[in-house]
Amino acid sequence: MKTCLVVDDSSVVRKIARRILEGLEFEVTEAEDGSKALEICQRKLPDAVLLDWNMPVMDGFEFMGHMRRLPGGEEPKVVFCTTENNVAHIAQALSGGANEYIMKPFDKDIIADKFAEVGLIPVGQVMV
Amino acid sequence: MTATEYEYLRKFLRDHSGLDLSADKQYLIESRLLPLARKGGLSGIGELVQKLQGAGASALVTSVVEAMTTNETFFFRDKVPFDHFRDTIMPEVIKARAGRRSVRIWCAAGSTGQEPYSLAMSLKEMGAALTGWRVEIIATDLSQEVLEKAKAGIYSQFEVQRGLPIQMLMKYFRQTGETWQINPELRAMIQHRQLNLLHDFAQLGTFDVIFCRNVLIYFDQDTKINIFNRLARQIEGDGFLVLGAAETVVGLTDTFKPIPERRGLYKPNDPRAAAAKPAFAGAAPRVAVMAGR
Repeated sequence: MKTCLVVDDSSVVRKIARRILEGLEFEVTEAEDGSKALEICQRKLPDAVLLDWNMPVMDGFEFMGHMRRLPGGEEPKVVFCTTENNVAHIAQALSGGANEYIMKPFDKDIIADKFAEVGLIPVGQVMV
Repeated sequence: MTATEYEYLRKFLRDHSGLDLSADKQYLIESRLLPLARKGGLSGIGELVQKLQGAGASALVTSVVEAMTTNETFFFRDKVPFDHFRDTIMPEVIKARAGRRSVRIWCAAGSTGQEPYSLAMSLKEMGAALTGWRVEIIATDLSQEVLEKAKAGIYSQFEVQRGLPIQMLMKYFRQTGETWQINPELRAMIQHRQLNLLHDFAQLGTFDVIFCRNVLIYFDQDTKINIFNRLARQIEGDGFLVLGAAETVVGLTDTFKPIPERRGLYKPNDPRAAAAKPAFAGAAPRVAVMAGR
């Protein structure tokens, strides 16, 4: 089973994301900010990170930089999931090592499409 | 909705659009036509049916047909056909048309533009292989409303996140507020035309590639056969037909044959018949010459 780390300071968003990702057969862990997410990644890297941008303590962009420098840190697929929906932010995320980018609000179809795009799930996987 | 109303709408849609609903599609009618009825100040499906039966309902007839025949669509829908387009179809076309360096593509159910624009982006991604080629994409749809949206090439944030890789969004779209518009260069590659597949489409000319996905499923068997036979006359002998994942020609017509290992991809069966047709010169077609990078 593939693993996905959901990083978002909103417990509601984490809960919605968890339900969608479990439907896509991911084992889900959660973190409420970049710093806690980094601690989790230092113990074991997930296959995927669904990553909010603006969070207290450490934001998503800074977290991604630290995670990418961990041994094996280039492996996880990072999918940003944020209300930052302008070209400047998207470009910054991609040049900083993000694999995909979701502009909130999102739904299960968008998550499934974006995860399929980076090869985390097969194309056209049926949602349960 | 009463059984009589449902039967009336089934027959109505069959007569006006060829749409062939099975006996259990009440939910589809309600989900598509209730919003339309409400928009027109009607109480529900019953009143809508009464209006359709009355005199002077031609605008309403068009709206009902459009509401029922508009399909869900998104960029690079099903992905596999676009992989086939890039890896199988275009390499063969580039080889076969190296002399005249032109390619004509028809999206026969172009809808709100995601499919033709996906093809345009795929062609752009091929870069130097098509530099100097004349590329013509004709996108047709039954619905004028849908065509207007396709022409504008403006999509909501939600729409650009369905099937479209983020790199392609960055490369080929311009953000304006909450919406995203596809670049003028790509819009110029596509010619949009209203067309009902039930009517004659010989005037469109001959194509190297025809995408006709997820539209024939709505037609009855005889209509499907009729359309396949007429599509066969509009395709080059060495051209390609692309159908939706749930569609096939098998058991319906021998004018096309499936390409092994390439799901959804078909070739005309009798190249000699197709080759005998005169070459078509379109009436002032919009032709985009691919620029180098």
